[in-house]
Amino acid sequence: MERKETLLQDVVIKFAGDSGDGMQLTGQQFTNNTALLGIDLATFPDFPAEIRAPIGTLPGVSGFQLRFSSDRVFTPGDLCDVLVAMNAAALKVNLKSIKPGGKIIANIDGFDAKNLRLANYPDGVHPLEDGSLDGYELTKVDVTKLTREALKEFTELGTKERDRAKNMFVLGLLYWMYNRSLDNTIDFLKEKFGKKDVILQSNIKVLQAGYHYGDTTESFTTRYKVEKAKMSPGVYRSIMGNQALSMGLIAASDKSGLPIFLGTYPITPASDILHELSKHKAFGVRTFQAEDEIAGITSAIGASYGGSLGITTTSGPGMALKTEAMGLAVMLEIPLVIINIQRGGPSTGLPTKTEQSDLLQAYYGRNGECPMPVIASSTPSDCFDVAYEAVRIAVQHMTPVILLSDGYIANGAEPWKFPSAADLQPITVAFKKGLAEGEEKFMPYKRDEKLVRPWAVPGTPGLEHRIGGLEKQDVTGNVNYEPENHQHMVKTRQAKVDKIADYIPLQTLDSGPEKGKVLVLGWGSTYGAIKSAVQELQAEGVAVSHAHIRYLRPFPKNLGDMIRNFEHVLVPEINNGQLIKIIRDQFLVDAKAYNKIMGIPITKGELVTAVKDLIK
Amino acid sequence: MSAITTNPPVLTAKDFATDQEVRWCPGCGDYSILAQVQKIMPGIGVPKENIVIISGIGCSSRFPYYMNTYGMHSIHGRATAIASGLKATRPELSVWIVTGDGDSLSIGGNHTIHLLRRNFDVNILLFNNQIYGLTKGQYSPTSEEHKVTKSTPYGSIDHPFNPLALAMGADASFIARSMDRDPKHLQTMLTRSHQHKGASMLEIYQNCNIFNDGAFEIFTEKGSKPDEALFLEQGKPLVFGATQQKGIRMDGMKPVLVDLTDGSVNMDDLWIHDERDFYKAQVLIRMFDDPNQQGTHFPRPFGVFYETERACYEDVMAMQLEEIIATKGKGDLDKLLRGKEVWEIV
Repeated sequence: MERKETLLQDVVIKFAGDSGDGMQLTGQQFTNNTALLGIDLATFPDFPAEIRAPIGTLPGVSGFQLRFSSDRVFTPGDLCDVLVAMNAAALKVNLKSIKPGGKIIANIDGFDAKNLRLANYPDGVHPLEDGSLDGYELTKVDVTKLTREALKEFTELGTKERDRAKNMFVLGLLYWMYNRSLDNTIDFLKEKFGKKDVILQSNIKVLQAGYHYGDTTESFTTRYKVEKAKMSPGVYRSIMGNQALSMGLIAASDKSGLPIFLGTYPITPASDILHELSKHKAFGVRTFQAEDEIAGITSAIGASYGGSLGITTTSGPGMALKTEAMGLAVMLEIPLVIINIQRGGPSTGLPTKTEQSDLLQAYYGRNGECPMPVIASSTPSDCFDVAYEAVRIAVQHMTPVILLSDGYIANGAEPWKFPSAADLQPITVAFKKGLAEGEEKFMPYKRDEKLVRPWAVPGTPGLEHRIGGLEKQDVTGNVNYEPENHQHMVKTRQAKVDKIADYIPLQTLDSGPEKGKVLVLGWGSTYGAIKSAVQELQAEGVAVSHAHIRYLRPFPKNLGDMIRNFEHVLVPEINNGQLIKIIRDQFLVDAKAYNKIMGIPITKGELVTAVKDLIK
Repeated sequence: MSAITTNPPVLTAKDFATDQEVRWCPGCGDYSILAQVQKIMPGIGVPKENIVIISGIGCSSRFPYYMNTYGMHSIHGRATAIASGLKATRPELSVWIVTGDGDSLSIGGNHTIHLLRRNFDVNILLFNNQIYGLTKGQYSPTSEEHKVTKSTPYGSIDHPFNPLALAMGADASFIARSMDRDPKHLQTMLTRSHQHKGASMLEIYQNCNIFNDGAFEIFTEKGSKPDEALFLEQGKPLVFGATQQKGIRMDGMKPVLVDLTDGSVNMDDLWIHDERDFYKAQVLIRMFDDPNQQGTHFPRPFGVFYETERACYEDVMAMQLEEIIATKGKGDLDKLLRGKEVWEIV
């Protein structure tokens, strides 16, 4: 059969099915395959809060969106070109996110009477048959039947086990459609199932069956190709946010010579950092799955006190529980890295959905005057640099540091031109080794030019001292309740954090002129959407600039001046307006907010409209 | 003398005192406990700089300020968790946790049981005064039922903890009880706690003379002590009373009080204390009768109830790291950053 081959620039595919259908794995495999070809990409896994919601229902739908392009991409795309719907619920949930005229590949077996009922389609309504999808290019494939067929010879497998391989059929089919090789997925399967030969062989068989199906059936007349992206030269790998973050911590440990101690309690979407770090004990990493969030942070404080790199990881509700201990770390003035992978709140909120709603908590959410540096990552690979910076600030300024990431970038993937170990800036740390000449008594709160006190760890002769959460006299560290002393100490702790501004880079613009009409000011995971929107507007001739804040507390010293150079400041956030409050408070500017609080990222299209509305 | 000695100077109790004024109420039982800890410290064979005392919140938790070692006065209930992180990363340190009945059994109860099950090699000194002293007199989780306090003017309706039974339930590897008013006994128990490799739970009955004066009088005062306090000694029969005229015998799994004066019971028939006996320890720990109840009741045991050896968390943690490094080699940062699959853009 004659087939066309069409060259595409930019494709968005969404794999959607029941949470038991293996859509995340399918998406990840397609992602790796894409990355290895040097095509730029961004992903957005979107899964239900329930581990296994009732099969076939709307809340049980799990999706994996992947955008790949021969141009640079910064978001997983607003709408998709291709939707793979493994059942009726997956179609229903995702129909609104398909481009007009987009492709739908539907698994017929997932649209039987039972599945239609579970997806709440009214009796007698069948979306694949009633013409309601006429605006799309619909392809029906009986994935289940074809998978079973492919596994006919595997008599030792039951129906359930055979059906489990149906995601491989879909993957194989998509590999055919996009001109891909099956090799890296076969390698992956070998590693995953190497010891279970029947499972391995059956998965490979189904993967190939999917590929051959594309080749032989007449349903598909076109194959597509996306070429390598024009990215800066270098060696790349694919990376997810939490993975990058973990590596940033290990790299900082390696460069500072401080062994990692992670005290933590499992919580979505932060647990993957625990999983990742616990794999790397060969780097001297100690991971401690504590009895609760409080023990997570307090054990890390104990480790820091002993001279390790104390780290704790969590998400919103856990952050709330750690609050008191953060105050202790501020009082003790010891290094600690507190990582909050934000999710929808308040309370348990939307555990698997993304949000940027813990910024004010990070800024102000403690008793007393309790300043702590706050730093945020903006893309999956940026998590590496930000983790590295968080450690540097913590150990060089003797302070707990809050690192904010969120579910979207934690689970999202992108290509990463990874650094070599030698390229990383060293992190120098000096413990106090003993009393200096002429020093009679150790003064634990004697400060240097950065207002930083010495790190004196137990086991050092001559430096025995006591520290604690009670207010202390500056220099001596002795408990002190005098009114003037308290005011002095509150101001000093604040000044110490403010002084960090002298040791961080100045704020730069991501794009656009230094002065002008509109500045879009963002932080965290909105980076990709803002960047894409601003680029589009600039191409249309709109005078708009983009700045993205990594250092949220203290701000870079030039941020105020930068902001005042613009007529309008737009602050898009996935919350009800948090950074904007701080910006207005600190710089007295009439910034405007764009807020989306739906548990999903802001799209490029929404921002383009928001900027246009602002200058209308 | 020509020989150069490298031995560290011999320390005394005074070397463990700080220049900070001790600020407990006059007559507080904490003074005695502090004195006994300072007394045993020079003899435990640990350099002063390797000793760390971590406390939570409460009267007892002021303790670190008065010890010239490393110390941290932390937050309420969390000393145990902080100590866990410290010990996990610095196994060579001698870590002491000073805590009270509110700190370790109420707000910090969770961390206490988990520290015990993990068996970090640390020493918990649980100052039990059956009252909240620092907040000025509310009942605690060890206060007796019906207790009238500021927060329970009509009497407490809470059932109290038996702290050592709780420790046993959490698989503590060393369980002992002592009292502030018996310095010698307390010194012995402190030393034993230190010597034990694993988590040591030492409950110390401590008198709060302001808010709960005399709570343990019946065990500590000369007149009643012999009949109400039973001192456990390894390999010795359980006998007590002013003239050692009373004893305890086992009847199956049940302890029985016996009179040793009428000749009906032979000394050989008495319960011989064995700290290593897991089952007997549970029975002993459950001897928790109200000493003020009328009629016959069991005396309250003091001493080491139970000791066993079990792997310590920090050692296993270190061993696991060593094994992994031995088999995989030390982590290579470049290899980690590179991962499994890369591609090149030229």
